[in-house]
Amino acid sequence: MNTKNLSFRTRSIHVGSNRDPQTGAVVPPIHVASTYVLPGAGEPSEFDYARTGNPSRQRLEQLVASLEGGVGGLAYSSGMAATHGAMMLLKQGDHVIAGADIYGGTYRLLHKVLNQAGIEVSLVDTRQIHRLDQAARDNTRMLWLESPGNPLMSITDLEQCCRWAKSRKILVGVDNTFATPVLTRPLEFGADIVMHSATKYLGGHSDALGGVLVTSQTEILERLHFFQNAVGNVMSPWDAYLVGRGIKTLELRVREQSSTALRLAEFLSQHPRVRSVNYPGLEQHPGYEIARRQMDGAFGAMISFEAGDDFSQAKTMVESTGLFQLAVSLGAVESLIEQPASMSHAAYDREDRLAHGITDSLVRISVGLESFDDLKADLSQALDSMD
Amino acid sequence: MVSPSRDVKQVSSAEPQGPGLSTLSVHAGESRQKPANSLTDPIVCASTYSFENSQAIIDYIEQDQQRGEYGRYGNPGEWVVEQKLAALDGAEDGVLYSSGMAAIVGLFMTRLNQGDEVIFFDECYHRSREFCTKHLSRFGVVTRQVKACDYEAMEDAINENTRLLVSESPTNPHLSVVDLERFATIGKKHQVDTLIDATLATPYNLRPIEYGVDYVLHSATKYLGGHNDLLAGVIVGSKEKLEDVRKLRGIMGAINAPHSIYLLERGLKTFELRMERHNQNGQAVAEFLADHPAVEKVYYPGLESHPYYEVAQETMRGFGGLVTFLVKDADWRQTANIVDHCKIARIAPSLGGVETLIEQPLVMSYFQCTPEERKRFGIQDNMIRVACGIENTADLIQDLSQAIDQATDS
Repeated sequence: MNTKNLSFRTRSIHVGSNRDPQTGAVVPPIHVASTYVLPGAGEPSEFDYARTGNPSRQRLEQLVASLEGGVGGLAYSSGMAATHGAMMLLKQGDHVIAGADIYGGTYRLLHKVLNQAGIEVSLVDTRQIHRLDQAARDNTRMLWLESPGNPLMSITDLEQCCRWAKSRKILVGVDNTFATPVLTRPLEFGADIVMHSATKYLGGHSDALGGVLVTSQTEILERLHFFQNAVGNVMSPWDAYLVGRGIKTLELRVREQSSTALRLAEFLSQHPRVRSVNYPGLEQHPGYEIARRQMDGAFGAMISFEAGDDFSQAKTMVESTGLFQLAVSLGAVESLIEQPASMSHAAYDREDRLAHGITDSLVRISVGLESFDDLKADLSQALDSMD
Repeated sequence: MVSPSRDVKQVSSAEPQGPGLSTLSVHAGESRQKPANSLTDPIVCASTYSFENSQAIIDYIEQDQQRGEYGRYGNPGEWVVEQKLAALDGAEDGVLYSSGMAAIVGLFMTRLNQGDEVIFFDECYHRSREFCTKHLSRFGVVTRQVKACDYEAMEDAINENTRLLVSESPTNPHLSVVDLERFATIGKKHQVDTLIDATLATPYNLRPIEYGVDYVLHSATKYLGGHNDLLAGVIVGSKEKLEDVRKLRGIMGAINAPHSIYLLERGLKTFELRMERHNQNGQAVAEFLADHPAVEKVYYPGLESHPYYEVAQETMRGFGGLVTFLVKDADWRQTANIVDHCKIARIAPSLGGVETLIEQPLVMSYFQCTPEERKRFGIQDNMIRVACGIENTADLIQDLSQAIDQATDS
């Protein structure tokens, strides 16, 4: 079947899920074999050893590549393994610029792991292009972006940043975990690599761990695959199956969760105990206009807000919800709540955290598939519990 | 942080002001705090369960505790899914089986004794019919079939040996819709239990328990699992009416596997979203086909031309993804040609998954029947059944359109 002309949702269901030629199964089998019988000694075969390639993993890679509009993709054992996979394109003495509003784990990888390999790092507010000019060096090789950012939901103009980087021959990688390809496809704006923590919206059910890279260039894909095969941080076929199964409802989930999130953000912004709400779908959000251009019809399902007056009030709030469960991670059917200062962004030094606007009273929610009324009632009673 | 009053498990779906359907799909039946504090339920693969000591076994038996004993009697994942499914249907309890057929057979074997009689509306899944006519008869159970939705005929067929009234709603593949109030009332009046196979409707579109139907059956392989990757069946109803059913399942052994049960639980989390989309696609495809010059007739309860349109409007919230139609002036080979030209829809039995499936009942399920039998079952040579998935609506219509055009040209 030629899938090129099919819409996003139809591709989500069918790409990489061709009828199994051997059994006719409507859903392809999960290939668990670690190794493959070869046609002859030294003779090449499509698959030889599962670290190098596996049919179940390959189907997922083709699927995400199609949704992101890339030439190909690679699936990793976790989102961080994928980010690390992309960073392996760098070498000693290279400089990477990353957004200031990024996932704590990426911050840790850059500042506490890659720095040991002699890679230099600058964190920059990527909403302001002149800051990129200030940070750029002769040895700058990569720009790493997140939009919406984590946890402040800052919106970076991907097209503008990609144009800036291209003129300096700097590779652009975008962590598209929050937006998902349903809402934003960074390769269309000129990015070279898109990264996903597939654990989040792609899998969508809090039951698989994985990461994916998709690139717009064959040459980059081949280098990434060389590194992945050498390092071995591949996604298991079981998880690849679950993530692929999750993607079949990706568009439905993301649009529904985003629409609930917008209503919750509006509710929160009216609430007397909420000091500020970060959600790009609110008109007062500084990135609202860019988000409208860059995000396809919705603004995602992540919200952060400042609850109460201090660390302990925010802590009380996140511990008082009934439906929202206190857990890190995001993007699944179950709504989650957390306090970045003590949880997702605890890997930051406190000074860095405060410098980047992650205050002690910041609360982050991942809006799930539950009904709006139930979630609103839950947040409302949790906010009241601070008194 | 967890207080029992906020535990979703404690919230009964029977309450009119209860949680939304999607909240139930995600949370009902699950404990809020799970083993190892994991967010999702573990898959317990164990075939058997150990007891701390002999007294623990005695307590288990005497106190009728729900805990693992031997895998054939129950599984922690199964109990979660049963409660989730019961909550979605507004029922007290549910019993899960290895397939939809295992579920209906399990109920028949529990409820029917030698000399008993079962009456069912004659439009139904052909294997359900086959089990009744060919196998229940071996145990001295009498099966009476009456025309679908002929309530007077059903009432006339009741005698002192009648134990069960059975129907699908909507029926397969003609999509006739049962007046549940009438159906349940006949059962109550004559003190005969009623069973509705609501597989094609799902709890999203139809809620038979609210009409007083005693048992609701689903092939959970279809919309409930929703991804064409598991087999399961369930019967929901009152605890009292399901007690013996569960006991017999323990003996017959038609319990589901832990891995499939997990996939079912996972599939249910997006149940409401998927059903909205199946309903939209079903309605749009039915309307497209109804306007197509090459189509003779469309069976879909959401079309005004459907004989049960009014009943469907009263009892159903939406009409599902299944659409049956007749091709104008076509023999069975010309009809098969349309099926063969589909590019998105795959030729396969089953329905209710995210992928659209298509089949010609004559070829798929009724090929071994004589023409007389097919005529009796209402299966026509030019009949096609489309089970709409959740793909983009325009893509599905385009696919059917080009298949009809190409088949007509060739």
